[in-house]
Amino acid sequence: MTGKRVVVTGLAAITPLGNDLATSWENLVAGKSGIGPITHFDASEYTSRIAGEVKGFDPEKYMPAKQAKRMDRFVQFAVATGKMLVEHSGLVIDDANAHRVGVLLGVGLGGLETIEVFHTKLVESGPNRVSPFMIPMLISNMAPGQVSIFTGAKGPNLVTTSACASGQHAIGYAYTDIFMGRCDAVITGGVEATITPMGVSGFTALKALSTANNDAPTKASRPFDNDRDGFVIGEGSGFLMLESLESAQARGATIYAEVVGYGASGDAYHMTAPHEDGLGMAQAMRAAIDEAGIRPEDVDHINAHATSTHLNDLCETKAIKKVFGDHAKNIRITANKSMTGHLLGAAGGMEGVFSVMALHTGIIPGTINRETPDPECDLNYMAGGSEKYQPEYVLCNSFGFGGTNCCMLYKRWKG
Amino acid sequence: MSVEEKISKIIIDQLGVSAEEVKPEASFVEDLGADSLDLTELIMAMEEEFGIEIDDDDAQKILKVQDAIAYIKNKQ
Repeated sequence: MTGKRVVVTGLAAITPLGNDLATSWENLVAGKSGIGPITHFDASEYTSRIAGEVKGFDPEKYMPAKQAKRMDRFVQFAVATGKMLVEHSGLVIDDANAHRVGVLLGVGLGGLETIEVFHTKLVESGPNRVSPFMIPMLISNMAPGQVSIFTGAKGPNLVTTSACASGQHAIGYAYTDIFMGRCDAVITGGVEATITPMGVSGFTALKALSTANNDAPTKASRPFDNDRDGFVIGEGSGFLMLESLESAQARGATIYAEVVGYGASGDAYHMTAPHEDGLGMAQAMRAAIDEAGIRPEDVDHINAHATSTHLNDLCETKAIKKVFGDHAKNIRITANKSMTGHLLGAAGGMEGVFSVMALHTGIIPGTINRETPDPECDLNYMAGGSEKYQPEYVLCNSFGFGGTNCCMLYKRWKG
Repeated sequence: MSVEEKISKIIIDQLGVSAEEVKPEASFVEDLGADSLDLTELIMAMEEEFGIEIDDDDAQKILKVQDAIAYIKNKQ
């Protein structure tokens, strides 16, 4: 089936490494960690007391104080990132094209902080003290809703929710909408802000979070390392402007990469654990490669899901070997979460942005904290730091609870 | 704090307006930019601050800052 060619014409992010893309990318390439002690609430009683927090974010830089007050933090991130993205893309959204510009974002959990605040209010003060803003603040699709209000985009407007693959799925469906001719451009990616008492306690109860390095936060996220003991919760956003090639060329837009494949699968296996042989992960990677019509050998960089949990990193490695065979050892595999922590529903968005940056700049960011190799994780994870290397194809992986797997394939744009 | 000061503070907090804008004759909707959700929350904030119940019929008559001040003073 042939459809429209889809390209990336804008990028934006708010991450634990910086409140804009340029700062985040610079720190990522420099191998700096954005992880530190939790400051959003008193975490002294928690077994995991560290996080990749976004620091010093001022919503009023992007929106009036009154509107900011009516938004959960994840929606504030979405509005700020959406505005930065539209600016970066140079796309003018006006009466002529607004209905052809969609907003399709991934959100894993939504307004957890809002739920916590108003549940407390409900219990302490009764049912008549719950704010009329509670529901519009907490629902996950208020992220694209508010982005459309602030940017004027009037095309399809929705969220995808698939746990830690939410952002990746959003990009996949944004790509599909443009491919099918439903939209000329889509503001897409992922956003999340759940470093809250319920978020941290819930993931702690699942034994998913790192607890061994509370006193050395920058050492806690260590994908593919033998001493890894869980992920570090993070927050933030990563948005991409996807656009049809014809629309991008007609307006003379800068093109950062081409989107050439999307693959998704379900494990049909376990609530939280990935399939032990990485079968679902492999199926999703293969589907993205097949859709692009390339050979596995053409892929030279993987932006891995790489959460720093024992199971993910092991299963993802097995899946990569299954898909790529002997070529697996040639692929430069990077783990952004070693520096940012796990941005949950925003992960696929942020990592998609960094995947495209690797294609655009010819720099592959390294992975930090892989000091003692796990003998079963024996590929090239870029443990030596960032490298000047021009990839042709980047595969970006996201996997989530529920056994959901999603991969996007990006191609270098040569102009 | 007087009733006027307390109400003024609530309006400034809830509607994100400046102190100078909160004049007695200012209309919540027309002058201070409130929508229906803002008005609901404004009433709730006043109920909480002054420990009273404002029923819906009464709430619908509170259109200006001076209406709110008069209503609260009358209730106390």
